[in-house]
Amino acid sequence: MNLLISIIVVSGLVLLAAGIAASHTASYALTVVAPYLVFVVFLGGFIYRIVKWAKSPVPFRIPTTCGQEKTLPWIKNNPVENPSGFWGVFGRMAQEIFLFRSLFRNTEVKIIDGRPIYGSAKWLWFFGLLFHGSLLIIILRHLRFFTEPIIPCVNALSAVDGFLEIGVPALYLSDVALLAGLTFLFLRRVIIPQVRYISLFTDYFSLLLICGIAVTGLLMRHFFPADLNEIKTLAMSWIIFSPVVPQNISVVFYIHLCFVFTLMAWFPFSKLMHMGGVFMSPTRNLANNSRMLRHINPWNAPVKVHTYEEYEDEFRDKMKTACLPVEKE
Amino acid sequence: MKKNKWGMIALGLVIFLIMVTFPFWYGKGSKTPPPVLSLDTPVIHEMKEKRCVEDTSFMRANHMKMLNAWRDEAVREGHRQYTAKDGRTYEKSLSGTCIQCHSNREQFCTRCHDYVGAKPTCFNCHVVPGEVNK
Ligand code: HEC
Ligand code: HEC
Ligand code: HEC
Repeated sequence: MNLLISIIVVSGLVLLAAGIAASHTASYALTVVAPYLVFVVFLGGFIYRIVKWAKSPVPFRIPTTCGQEKTLPWIKNNPVENPSGFWGVFGRMAQEIFLFRSLFRNTEVKIIDGRPIYGSAKWLWFFGLLFHGSLLIIILRHLRFFTEPIIPCVNALSAVDGFLEIGVPALYLSDVALLAGLTFLFLRRVIIPQVRYISLFTDYFSLLLICGIAVTGLLMRHFFPADLNEIKTLAMSWIIFSPVVPQNISVVFYIHLCFVFTLMAWFPFSKLMHMGGVFMSPTRNLANNSRMLRHINPWNAPVKVHTYEEYEDEFRDKMKTACLPVEKE
Repeated sequence: MKKNKWGMIALGLVIFLIMVTFPFWYGKGSKTPPPVLSLDTPVIHEMKEKRCVEDTSFMRANHMKMLNAWRDEAVREGHRQYTAKDGRTYEKSLSGTCIQCHSNREQFCTRCHDYVGAKPTCFNCHVVPGEVNK
């Protein structure tokens, strides 16, 4: 059901884009007004979400650790999996962000002879990493449309990405990797019953939307070539704040653009915010130093305490008469 | 990390903003016009009706597919004759057809390709006589 709704919404976007391409006013809205609107929504929404997360109180350390904490000098500790200082946390965050360390711990469980048996399952980690890595490369390659002269490293990246020189223009390997990753992530949701059960509209929609972007992009590069000259002129005109409505650009490009704008505008309000959220995960970004430092909950109500010293001061005489031991004479 | 939490978050957001707005300040807002394509070659000058192999908008978007098809057909199947939509015929050849008319490759093909970041490798082999490889 959730899958069906996502397919309907994505198809709706395709029709919308086709409609926009047919009308001049709508093209104006898409190529002149929408880019700025979407960009502002994206940036504003992103910052809003981050600040909102930052405001939620995290009074204590949440040591979901995977190694020995720093302790007595003769016990070997694991400074990255259970960090006690800034650099340990830095290492753990870097592993999480660049290598998806937590996904690497993914396990699968099977019931064998009535007992659960746990095994390692690295496929999600592998395809997840493949997908995110190629997405990053693709985004960086698109800088060729937004910089003039093109930054040399972007050209170098494209050259490396297409080094097999399959076809003219050359097939980019990151495109293949992206589609492979997407296919796995999608099939995983559809085929595994437990995952399908917990999959929501937003899960399917983000996959299908990104898939739509990739497919229209590939169509424009390999099957129905778009006039890149015109497209770059459009992209550069956004940057200097004097957008122009492009003439005779193919419908495929309009669909591509519609998908991208939808993705950007929807991004801050969806699960895709894990892009910023991963930096804010308290189980990853807090050093586990609860034994070295005292963390006091800032919103503790002031409690009136009566310490043992005060107690003894108050009742010392009575305690002595009752022959109870006292610490101070 | 607790005490400088807001400092870290502000730093992160600033880095994020700088990265996503990169194109805006990279070009420093200067206007870069699309490349001027020069058709100023002897062969094109002599043409009465200035026409490419197919019509211009088709060529602009599809010439790479066309060249790829030409290459495969010429080299693998031996069909070296191309009949355009309007009936004129051309030899399926890169340096023998395209570069005959567009002999100013640097001011034509390359200018356009540099603008969109296309780097065809064809001319590593298809050397144009008289051209100095830099
Ligand atoms: C109007 C601009 C323009 C002109 C003029 C032009 N090209 Fe292109 N060319 C392109 C674009 C755009 C691409 C596609 C680049 C891409 O998809 O990355 C391309 C790609 C190519 C490719 C495939 C490149 C690859 O990445 O493998 C070849 C070959 C090619 N052009 C040959 C020529 C030749 C030869 C000429 C001169 C006779 C020429 N082009 C003139 C815009 C132009
Ligand atoms: C490795 C060197 C090499 C590269 C790179 C190369 N070619 Fe060729 N090409 C050849 C050779 C050799 C022939 C055969 C010449 C013949 O049969 O007349 C040929 C023939 C052709 C022909 C038909 C014959 C003619 O006279 O042009 C076309 C068209 C062609 N190539 C296009 C291309 C295009 C387009 C590219 C770039 C995407 C390219 N070639 C890259 C070596 C190369
Ligand atoms: C008979 C001479 C001739 C030949 C051969 C020829 N061209 Fe052209 N080409 C022209 C002329 C003239 C124009 C300009 C047409 C116009 O301005 O409408 C042109 C325009 C173009 C354009 C569009 C430029 C723009 O303004 O955006 C491209 C791309 C192009 N040619 C590529 C090629 C390629 C690739 C080949 C080889 C397959 C080729 N041409 C062969 C004469 C030729």
